[in-house]
Amino acid sequence: MTATPHAKKLFGHASEHNYLNASSGFWSWALTLDHKRIGIMYLIGVTSALLLAGVFALILRAELFTGTKSFLTEQQYNQMFTLHGAIMVFAFIIPSIPAALGNFVLPMMLGAKDVAFPRLNLCSFYLWVFGTGFLLTAMLTNGLDTGWTFYTPYSITTSTSVVYATFGAFVLGFSSIFTGINFLVTVNTMRPAKMTWFRLPLFLWALYATAIIQILATPILGITLLLLIAERVMHIGIFDPAYGGDPVLFQHFFWFYSHPAVYIMILPGMGVISELIAVYSHKKIFGYTFIAFSSVAIALLGFLVWGHHMFTSGQSGVVTVIFSAITFSVAIPSAVKVFNWLATMYKGSIRLVTPMCYAMSFIFLFGIGGLTGLFLGTLSVDIHLHDTYFVVAHFHFVMVGGTLTALLGGLYHWWPKMFGRMYHDFLGRVGCFLVFAGFNVTFFPQFVMGARGMPRRYARYDDEFLIFHQLSTVGAFVLGIGVLLALGVLVYAVFRGPRVAGNPFGGASLEWQSSSPPSFHNFDHKIVLNDPYDFGAMVWDEDLQTYIHREFVMPEVPEKPAPVPTPRS
Amino acid sequence: MINALALFLAQAESAEETAAAAAPAAASAASDPFADMFTEHHGSYWFPEQASSYAADVDSLYMLIFWISLFFFAGIVGAMVYFVVKYRARPGHKVEKSPSHNTALEIAWSVLPGFLLVWFFVDGTSGFFEQRISPGDCEEINVVAQQYQWTFYYPDGDSTPNESGLHLVRNRPVKFILESKDVLHSFFIPAFRQKQDAVPGRYTTTWVKPTKAGTFRLFCSEYCGEGHSLMKSGVVVHETEAERKAATQWEWGDKSPLQNGERLFKMQCSGCHNPTTEKKTGPGLAGIWGKVEEMNDGTTVTVDDNYFRQSLFKPSEHIVKGFTSPSQMTSFDGKLTDDQILWLRIYIKSLSNVKESVEETTDPDKAGADAGEPGNANGDNGGDDKNAADGKNEPRADDNDDAGANAGDDANDNKSSVPPGDDESGGGR
Repeated sequence: MTATPHAKKLFGHASEHNYLNASSGFWSWALTLDHKRIGIMYLIGVTSALLLAGVFALILRAELFTGTKSFLTEQQYNQMFTLHGAIMVFAFIIPSIPAALGNFVLPMMLGAKDVAFPRLNLCSFYLWVFGTGFLLTAMLTNGLDTGWTFYTPYSITTSTSVVYATFGAFVLGFSSIFTGINFLVTVNTMRPAKMTWFRLPLFLWALYATAIIQILATPILGITLLLLIAERVMHIGIFDPAYGGDPVLFQHFFWFYSHPAVYIMILPGMGVISELIAVYSHKKIFGYTFIAFSSVAIALLGFLVWGHHMFTSGQSGVVTVIFSAITFSVAIPSAVKVFNWLATMYKGSIRLVTPMCYAMSFIFLFGIGGLTGLFLGTLSVDIHLHDTYFVVAHFHFVMVGGTLTALLGGLYHWWPKMFGRMYHDFLGRVGCFLVFAGFNVTFFPQFVMGARGMPRRYARYDDEFLIFHQLSTVGAFVLGIGVLLALGVLVYAVFRGPRVAGNPFGGASLEWQSSSPPSFHNFDHKIVLNDPYDFGAMVWDEDLQTYIHREFVMPEVPEKPAPVPTPRS
Repeated sequence: MINALALFLAQAESAEETAAAAAPAAASAASDPFADMFTEHHGSYWFPEQASSYAADVDSLYMLIFWISLFFFAGIVGAMVYFVVKYRARPGHKVEKSPSHNTALEIAWSVLPGFLLVWFFVDGTSGFFEQRISPGDCEEINVVAQQYQWTFYYPDGDSTPNESGLHLVRNRPVKFILESKDVLHSFFIPAFRQKQDAVPGRYTTTWVKPTKAGTFRLFCSEYCGEGHSLMKSGVVVHETEAERKAATQWEWGDKSPLQNGERLFKMQCSGCHNPTTEKKTGPGLAGIWGKVEEMNDGTTVTVDDNYFRQSLFKPSEHIVKGFTSPSQMTSFDGKLTDDQILWLRIYIKSLSNVKESVEETTDPDKAGADAGEPGNANGDNGGDDKNAADGKNEPRADDNDDAGANAGDDANDNKSSVPPGDDESGGGR
């Protein structure tokens, strides 16, 4: 089989004219409205935030190698875990997959030229830069020791820079809202004529559900943080018991945003994994509708479970029981996704390349993260486990084992598309293994010490927990090396990797129909609409070393008359 | 339990010696006499010891969820690994035909695990009710949290500070009424599988029935500021009420006023005041007697008996310069008997005598102070009279053999008729 001459021209070589070299100079990036460049800038930004907050995590773990003081005072330790948490949550995880990968991939998956509001998109990026800068400056100059949760009344009485830091988080909230609005409108209005809702790639369903949460929940955070500032500055008496306020009210407000925010963090990751599993199993995704609706179900149910962060807070028993019940209901759509992924792999043709290794790692780690959620949703058990290292381990399994793993998997999946270069697959898999192994050694011991009663946010601890903390510290450094290796392999590929053509992995969603890297306008030809999971439509072309859509294949001249089709039995 | 008791007594004894000698060794700001008891793990692989009536239920529910989760997890990972091996891409291997959806199967795996979840929910909720709804026959203990210490107030008027821990009696159910003086704290006793936040501006309650004598850990598990990880204490479960009484009472009948004063100081004052010149939450108390202190409002006050009494009853009236107003100290009005105030005075003066004897200001001051205390039955015992076994005091431990009885009337011999615990909870509402 051979490609049509037109297809050869389109896909035959790595694109010479692409978005990376369409224009040059600092301002061509700084003022770009191109969703791809904004996505790359976001990627650089969130990765820097990841590395910075990762260094803080390693400092914390190093301090905790012994139960007594090593090199941080209690106050410095408290500021360090606040830095780690606040930067990871607000500056890294929330924008990571939607703003970096989503920005690049979402319009292309729709076959569109750009997002609906390119200027809003750039604005969102600069709000991220400003907010992160503000948050970081506030925390590094005057310090912040409230934890990323800003619980009252401590956040009202502490002398550290709560006002500036919350303002930074407030600005970051707007960045998140703008991205959400943009994606929502883009998916609603810019789909090609025949791309119905149920022909959307599942990554877009996930981003769409995420956008709903970003738009509905983030304003609550903004208002809460403004009220906190007002309480601190003007003593309006909402949260501060000294002025007749109720500190538990702050927790309600805060978690009304921050629990849905957990799904802002994990839903896009699940969307990435849905793509990876399908592409690398080379098989139509199993139970498309269930996966799509489970994303929406998680987004909506996510609004109704905030009280499970407050089981011991003194809220009424009836409320506690209701929240426990709804919390269990969230487990179901998450489990549905996992079962569907497995069913997709069944009878597929599975290529164990780096992105697929990350997808498997995701299923393993998210599996543990999700199942340990059952312990915490169960009231009597939660009373014991609440605010211990068990919780720390649980949400790191979800946030790091889930979201970070999915981000890395997604990067390895779309990297050839983004830069037209291939990475060293073996080193990629080594990186994936180090991340996986380091992660488990770090966080598994935390389940044990949590169940044995080790409270979280402790700078000093009793000797009985020593061995678990030491294992955890060793694992954290392995994890750090793994993440560095994984990112290093990608960066090296950008400059030295062999060039690849448009669709090296046989993906069937529309972004793979562009050249690699994509041109400034994404598509230089009329796209061929097809089911995003119809991998049979993609044909490997030896000459071009890429998959091309079968419409681009020259009709073969039959050498002998085609056999008469046998009637179906 | 015996350890803790012995430790506590030893601590009191040794402090007594140092007090009699020169300035007492600086008590570390966050002394944790229980630390040595928690160097190794006691209990099963996953849990600390089971020391409460509901601990075993919590553990068995945890293990139930654990095994069911492990079953599902092994299934998921097993299937994943099996598929990767069996269906790996290799020459000659093609995607086999299989359905891309199967509604019956998908509904089945959405709904069936739901039954397990209902099981966990129901079990967990009934366990929660057991952990939270106290039986009627509880004794009530007020637990007051503040940065970074706990104070425990018992029904008979005794109270113990962070350093000596929470003292309970085995098999006697106890209801805790938690309050916080400043920020959020959380009252967490792993061996009891019990946790409840202490919230400023309201009271939260929970209860426990200790089933095992021994010493257990008490943590603050809600982040409360710089000293959060130092805000830990111990829970000592005694076999009998008498042992508990011996460990918690403020004074001994057979000891001297100075010794009783010191014990009271350790139990009631040492959370905020050092017996040295070093300041803590409040001023260090060594060397202050007779000193002229500058106040917050610019006036000066000489630290004497009347100022001492005023500070005890109305702590916010005159605050030494450099300390926050209103004072963080609670009023002891109605909580201390005149005897107890006398003993405290004797002890605190002894802290200054040592220092100031060099400067010769001590003797006249002290003499004046003792003589100038009117209307006190024990005033004539004199400040330094160490052998004064107060006639109306009897050894407290012997009074309380009837462990079940609320020891209120015993306590009233020596203390105010209003137990501080009741005062705290009632007065705030």
